[in-house]
Amino acid sequence: MALNLKELSQREPLFTGGARLCVGCPAPMIVKQVLYAAPHNPIVVNPTCCLEVSSAVFPYSSWKVPYYHNAFENAAAVASGIERAVVALKKRGRLARDKEFDIIVIGGDGGTYDIGLQALSGMLERGHRCLYVCYDNGAYMNTGIQRSGATPYGAWTTTSHVGPAQKGKQQPRKDIVQIAAAHGAYAANASLHAWRDLMRKVQTALNYDGPSFINVQAPCPRGWRFPSSKTVEIARLGTECCFYPLYEVTDGGKKWIINHTPRRKLPVEDYLRPQGRFAHFFQKGNEYLIEEFQRQVDERWEHLLKLAEMS
Amino acid sequence: MKRKINDSIRKLDKTCLPNWYEIPLAGAILSEGSEDYETGSWRTRRPVWNKEECTSCLICWLFCPEMAIKVTGGKMAGINASLCKGCGVCANECPREGAMTMVEGGEYRDCKV
Repeated sequence: MALNLKELSQREPLFTGGARLCVGCPAPMIVKQVLYAAPHNPIVVNPTCCLEVSSAVFPYSSWKVPYYHNAFENAAAVASGIERAVVALKKRGRLARDKEFDIIVIGGDGGTYDIGLQALSGMLERGHRCLYVCYDNGAYMNTGIQRSGATPYGAWTTTSHVGPAQKGKQQPRKDIVQIAAAHGAYAANASLHAWRDLMRKVQTALNYDGPSFINVQAPCPRGWRFPSSKTVEIARLGTECCFYPLYEVTDGGKKWIINHTPRRKLPVEDYLRPQGRFAHFFQKGNEYLIEEFQRQVDERWEHLLKLAEMS
Repeated sequence: MKRKINDSIRKLDKTCLPNWYEIPLAGAILSEGSEDYETGSWRTRRPVWNKEECTSCLICWLFCPEMAIKVTGGKMAGINASLCKGCGVCANECPREGAMTMVEGGEYRDCKV
């Protein structure tokens, strides 16, 4: 399938407007791209997250695809069940054998990094042919910006305060793509501004013979404290400073491919400055936070380059 | 029939609550999409589209979180004023100067955005 905006725009969108998401929310941009890229009949499983509470408000629904809402911790388990049910129904002749379905989980980072991790691990380990898309906005935005495993080092949230005793979150973020890759699944890091790359990864994942996981950068205007018009711009900065690199792991976790190497690697300041959650980085006496952030980003990027070189 | 049930639920107000037998089994939503919910009323700024400058690259259509950019036959055709929340992503991402600009004020019922 060609990835051409002109052709895509003539197809009916499978996620409609009228959702009660915040102004400038990245989630519908990601959902739109994922559903446009799905080659067969998509079935969406959605754990509790911002997207669920605002796109499926009774009696409205923004989804034009079969849609399941389930609890935080079992999204991947429900998807595994649907995948098995399709196989069983085909075997009994209740579904046409040539009819294919794309089972897609779309969850937030709280439901993926923290609460739903065991179900996700189970799905990846059992090898179900499902795609798990995590839109990573770096905190529990739905319940009011609490820190999660995806919150970056030093970021302010309502449960990682900034004061004399501590300056935001003290720990670096969890590298979930490595966790997924270690299961032997197709794992990728993507970002919403690089739509061609994201759509290609969704197609690759859904045609991949095995489980797949895609982590998508989703800058949240509300929680990251920036104007709503900058959503895509912040995502671009995150990739250009190598904080959120675009890469994929195929071949059962053995082949690491970097999809985008910035021509000129931006300093992390360019990424941190527009965001209010990092405002304390630029106060007097806190310069060490920027240095530490830069060190962590560089360390991960170097590690990634080495992995890509070795494979 | 299904459409009728949905309509009666949508009119949810204190004077006409649906009966239990009018609600779909298990509370399933048989909706055709939530587009009839007007999120346009949230708007405080609105995008203004300049047809002369626009090259129909459809970047705004791709990134619009509300599916509020109308496209017909692969060409940009306008903005759906009842859905646009006025985030400004379209104007920020537009590669052409002056094709999409944000202006203050979100009047939406009778404005020609």
